[in-house]
Amino acid sequence: MSFQVDEQGYYGNFGGAFIPEMLYPNVEELRSRYLDIIADPVFQAEYDALLKDFVGRPTPLFKAERLSAKYNTKIYLKREDLCHTGAHKVNNTVGQILVAKRLGKNKIVAETGAGQHGVATATVCALMGMECIVYMGAIDIERQAPNVARMRMLGAQVVAAKSGSQTLKDATNEAMRHWINHPVDTHYIIGSVVGPHPYPDMVARFQSIISAEIRTQLQEKEGRDYPDYVIACVGGGSNAAGAFYHFLDEPRTALIAAEAAGKGVNSGHSAATTFLGKSGVLHGSKSLLMQTEDGQVIEPYSISAGLDYPGIGPMHAHLFESGRGKFYGITDEEALVAAVECSQLEGIIPALETAHALAVFEKLQAKPNEIVVVNLSGRGDKDLATYQNRLKLND
Amino acid sequence: MNRISALFSKAKEPILNVYTTAGYPHFEDTMTVLTALQEGGVDIIEIGMPYSDPVADGETIQQSNQASLDQGMTVAHLFTQLKDLRQTITVPVLLMGYINPVLQYGVEAFCAKCAAIGIDGLILPDLPMAEYEREYKAIFEAHGLFNIFLITPQTTDERIRHIDSVSNGFIYMVSSASTTGAKTGISSDQETYFERIASMNLQNPRLIGFGISDHSSFMKASKNASGAIIGSAFVKLIGQATDLRAEIVDFVQSIKGKK
Repeated sequence: MSFQVDEQGYYGNFGGAFIPEMLYPNVEELRSRYLDIIADPVFQAEYDALLKDFVGRPTPLFKAERLSAKYNTKIYLKREDLCHTGAHKVNNTVGQILVAKRLGKNKIVAETGAGQHGVATATVCALMGMECIVYMGAIDIERQAPNVARMRMLGAQVVAAKSGSQTLKDATNEAMRHWINHPVDTHYIIGSVVGPHPYPDMVARFQSIISAEIRTQLQEKEGRDYPDYVIACVGGGSNAAGAFYHFLDEPRTALIAAEAAGKGVNSGHSAATTFLGKSGVLHGSKSLLMQTEDGQVIEPYSISAGLDYPGIGPMHAHLFESGRGKFYGITDEEALVAAVECSQLEGIIPALETAHALAVFEKLQAKPNEIVVVNLSGRGDKDLATYQNRLKLND
Repeated sequence: MNRISALFSKAKEPILNVYTTAGYPHFEDTMTVLTALQEGGVDIIEIGMPYSDPVADGETIQQSNQASLDQGMTVAHLFTQLKDLRQTITVPVLLMGYINPVLQYGVEAFCAKCAAIGIDGLILPDLPMAEYEREYKAIFEAHGLFNIFLITPQTTDERIRHIDSVSNGFIYMVSSASTTGAKTGISSDQETYFERIASMNLQNPRLIGFGISDHSSFMKASKNASGAIIGSAFVKLIGQATDLRAEIVDFVQSIKGKK
């Protein structure tokens, strides 16, 4: 079975390009050119140089000794939190801004949830001298204030999405509407492996550097180039796509995804799409989607703005449906406990999103000689207000 | 013959298609609005099936969608409201909406229900042509439903030719690169685009939508097409109307220049 995208833009039953005609010329131009653009040696050289000197890659693969001791297995942390801007998101924005340049675009629009993708987009726009507009849910603007300030400091215009649940879903709607209204000079940098084909594949390719490095680094440290488990959190699923990418066809590696179960999978306040969703179309692709019987999209809930999304990338829907990926629902509380544990055992404060992946150790029961790699997708600075509040750090 | 084809073959004056959101301004207003539109002299009615995430629509239509959903509108409720449609409404009726609610209802069941009620065609902006041809065309055709495609100023001639070859009824010409209700009036650039498409001698007639809000823009658009479509301007009107029936009749007549 293939876990890569097919000619029609599908991963099994999921994917495609369900877009209004207004977006067709842009998406079609991207579809017909992205593979050639990415394969061009000049592009590759420019992309690699920026990842090395601007982003700070390769990121370390760190053996977490105290976590390993606690869970009686071998745990490695892939330190995407050490990327410039503090999360993996920048791997994709560096790639896409170079694509945008080659498409002759001089303006960028993006959506953001936690603000990490927005910051990563504003950063590369500043670097390349491009105009940048970021749509962000009004609620997220409130709960992720430091990232809003960072985007503005970088010269981006941050626009509040005030429709619907006022979170990531609605920010994405507004970014798509902006693109419809500015089709000629603007490129839309989607931040996750969602959206119409070719976005899920293009974003996965730009994030695949994560698993490419894991292979090389494991070979050096463990004498084999694959782990027994790769764990990553999934909202739309870009860090998971990158961490899984080079292990998709490696049967010895189990792919583990942590979804946000909010206050509990069946509490009515959750974003655990594979548990609660069924096949549907949102933001240009067919995937698993949290929706009513009538096909209206359900507003999700998670303590983590980056996982607060009612859908999931089509690649992950296929991994779920085919059984290739194993999905866990992690509650807010479990994530908070895991965040404290990682902070106090390893000296690394993780992002709330990442904390969901760290909470899987408890459930995994890996054997002592097995190798577990967790993608530490982002650092927790942006979540300090939530941590302070929920963990009563100032009392 | 499908009512849409019959209309275009006999129409002598510009055709006016008006979009209205189902269950708006109030849940039970759907048939009242349809009846008043017909009384005013509308040629085609397009009923919007509300959706939580209408990406091709601007603020006015988004808000009407949300207001309708908040009052409990669903596809199934809408079909109940429309069950006696053809006892009063004789003009062609289209359903416009996004693909997801149709998928959840079941494409086959949805089309069968449309046919039973007397719906003439569908406008589903996020159903791409390739998907339509692969999976939906046969079902739509089996139920006698026309599928209306959109073209925009950015659509290439080659693609327009292809859309023309798989269209029936008419082609929906989006007047500018925008969401609904974003702009008003018709610029000279847009007129150049209208003329370019008119000179392509397509086999299907065209209606122009987006940015049409009054008699003058309606007539301007109709110079290079069979007529035009009004959406946001109408939704705005009914959202504020105090006498729904009278104001709708008056609106339609003023657009058509009958008043």
